[in-house]
Amino acid sequence: MTGEYRHRMMDYVREEIMPHRFCVGCGCGTVLNVFTNAIDGLDLDPAQMVCVSGIGCSSWILSPYFKSDTLHTTHGRPIAFATGVKIMRPDLKVIVVAGDGDVSGIGGNHLIHAARRNIDLSVFMVNNMIYGMTGGQVAPTTPVGVKTTTTPHRNVEPPFKVAELVATAGASYVARWTTYHVFPLMESMQNAINKQGFSFIEIVSQCPDNYGRRIGLKSGNDFLTRFRDQSIRIEKTKDMSEEELKDKIIIGKLRDVDRPEYVSELHNITTEQVEKVKKEKVN
Amino acid sequence: MALDKDKTRYLQRLEGKTYFMLGDEACAYGAIFAGCDFFAGYPITPASEIAELIAEELPKAGGICIQMEDELASIAAIVGASWTNARTMTATSGPGFSLMQENIGYAIMTETPCVIVNVQRSGPSTGQATKPAQGDVLQARWGTHGDHNIIALSPNSVQECLDLMLDCFDLADTYRTPVILLMDGEIGHIRESVTMPDLSSIKHVSRKLAKPGEQVFGGDDLVPGMIHYGEGQNVHVTGSTHLATGMRDVTTPEVHDVLVKRIYGKIDENREKIVKVEKDLTKKKKARVGVISYGASARPSSGAVKMARTEGKDVDFLRLITIWPFARTQVAEFSKDLDVILVPEMNLGQLSREIERFADCDVIPVSRIGGIPHTVEEIYQAIMEAV
Repeated sequence: MTGEYRHRMMDYVREEIMPHRFCVGCGCGTVLNVFTNAIDGLDLDPAQMVCVSGIGCSSWILSPYFKSDTLHTTHGRPIAFATGVKIMRPDLKVIVVAGDGDVSGIGGNHLIHAARRNIDLSVFMVNNMIYGMTGGQVAPTTPVGVKTTTTPHRNVEPPFKVAELVATAGASYVARWTTYHVFPLMESMQNAINKQGFSFIEIVSQCPDNYGRRIGLKSGNDFLTRFRDQSIRIEKTKDMSEEELKDKIIIGKLRDVDRPEYVSELHNITTEQVEKVKKEKVN
Repeated sequence: MALDKDKTRYLQRLEGKTYFMLGDEACAYGAIFAGCDFFAGYPITPASEIAELIAEELPKAGGICIQMEDELASIAAIVGASWTNARTMTATSGPGFSLMQENIGYAIMTETPCVIVNVQRSGPSTGQATKPAQGDVLQARWGTHGDHNIIALSPNSVQECLDLMLDCFDLADTYRTPVILLMDGEIGHIRESVTMPDLSSIKHVSRKLAKPGEQVFGGDDLVPGMIHYGEGQNVHVTGSTHLATGMRDVTTPEVHDVLVKRIYGKIDENREKIVKVEKDLTKKKKARVGVISYGASARPSSGAVKMARTEGKDVDFLRLITIWPFARTQVAEFSKDLDVILVPEMNLGQLSREIERFADCDVIPVSRIGGIPHTVEEIYQAIMEAV
C-alpha cells in the first residue's frame, strides 16, 4: 500500500506544527482525538470557538494543536482568562482544557468560583494524578502513599475528588470519564459544550513516563487496563459503602441541572441600565 | 476607539460639567470617557471606590463590571477580554499589585493593551492600609520578572486622575502594552473640583489592526497590528517566547532576542513621544537649586518652591507626569545649570535613583514615609538648606 496516511481529524489540527510532542502512551493524544471527533459530530465551526489552556502537558492538547483561536495562559489561570473572553464575546464557545495541577491545584480557587457563578464555560480537566511536565511531582490528585519526586518517602495527603468538588460548588453539568471510555467521553464533551452554564468533565488519564513507570504501570495500555478494571458507573454505586468504593474510579454523569447563567445575568444588568439612560434622555 | 452610541448617550449627560469628587471617582469617570468596556477588580483600600463607582456607572454606558475572586483573576480576566477588541482595566493597591505581577508580565509578553490603576498605599506588606505612599514606583517598572518595559503615569490632582485615564487607554492601544496609573492614596481620597471633558475634544486612538494573514506578534513595525478573537483567524496567544506568527519557539536564541528586544524597544524608542512633564522654571534662569517631584508630593513641592521664590530664591521645578519610561532628556536638560536637585517622594528615595543617573548635578532625596504627605514647610526647609 502506498500513499500518506492522513488522520481523519487532521482538518481540525494546526498541521504545520505536527507531529505533536506527547510521550508514547500519553493520554493527551487520546483527548485531542476525542475532542476533535466531538466537535466534528456537533458540526461546530472552530471559528466560533476560543480554546484556553494553562501550563502543563494537558494544556498542550488544544493549545496550540487545535486549529481555532487559542489562548495559552499562565499556570492555573485559564478559567480566569476565559471568563474575560466569554463575558465580552458570549456568542463564542469558550473551552478550557488543562491538567489537574493547573485546574485544581494552583487554579483551584478559580475553578470553584467559576462553578459557583455558573459561567457558560466548558472545562475539561485532564487528571493524570501527577505534575507530569515538570518531571513527576505530587499533585492534589495523587493517591495517598505514592512515591513521587517531591514525596520520595510517600505522599501523606489524601487527593481531591475534583468532579464532586465542582458539583458541590454549583456547576450545571459534571461528569467523569477516563481515556479508556472514549465514546462516552466524546458524547459527554458534546453535552458539556451544548449545555448553558458551567460544565466540567474530569478525564482520568495516564502519564506513563513521569508517573506510570514509577508505580509499575509502564505503558499507556497498563493504565487503560487499570482504568477499565477500576471504573464503576455512578448508577451502580448507590448502595455501595465508602470502603467498597475506596479504589474505584466513579464514572458517568454526576450532575446535570439548569441554573441561571452568569454571563447572561451580567448582560441583563447592562441592558436594563442602558434602557434607563435612554428613558432619562428622552425625558 | 470612537465611543459607541451607548457610551455617547451616557457621557452626554456629564460632558462639560463640573463636579466635586474623590480622585478615585474621577479615575472611574475618566475610564468611561476613555471608552472602557470592561472592568474586573477586587476590593482593596484605597482603590475600592473606583470599582464601586464603575460597578454603578459602567453598565449605564453599555459596559460590564465584575468583581473577581482575587487580583490574579482580575488581571487575567481583563487580559482575556482585551483580545476581543475591548478596552479593559482593573484597579488595586500595593498588595493586589504584587499579586498581579505575573499576569502583567503575561500582558507585556503577549502585547495585550490594558490599564492597571495602582492607588499606592503605605507598605511593605499590609503596612498602613489606609495611608498614602509612593513606594511602588520601582515595582511598577520592574515588578514582573524578566527584561521588559512599561508605561506608568502619575496624577497630582483629582482632575488629572480623570484626564490621565484618557492618556492611559490611548497609550495602551498605541503601544500594545499594559499601562499603569500610579495614583496614591492621598490623591485617590481627596475631593476636588473636576470638569468633565467635552466629547468633541476627545481624540480617539484605535488599536492598529492587522489584516487576515498578517503577523500579529512581529514584523517590520515595532508595534504589530492586532487580530482579535472571533474573526476566524486562528489567533494563537501565548506567554512563551514566540515567532511573529505567535507560535511558540523557545529553542532558537534569535527568536527570543528579536521578540524581547522589539517589545522593549516599542516603549524605549518612542520615549520622546510618550514622556510628559510639567516645567516651572524661573524666568531669570539663575536658579541653582531644582526640585523634581510627582503625584501627591508635587503639591507641597510646588508650594515650597513658591515660598522660596517669595524669599527671593530662584528655584526651578519639574513635575514628572510620566514616571515610566523615565524622562531622561528632560531631567538632563533640567539639571544642566543646577548645582543640586531635591526629590521629595513618599518613599525612601526610589525615583531619585533614576534622577541621579541622568542629572548633571547632586541629587538629594527628600524622603517622607509614615503615611502622611510632606508639608510645604519641610520641603521649603530642605530647599533653603540647599540654596
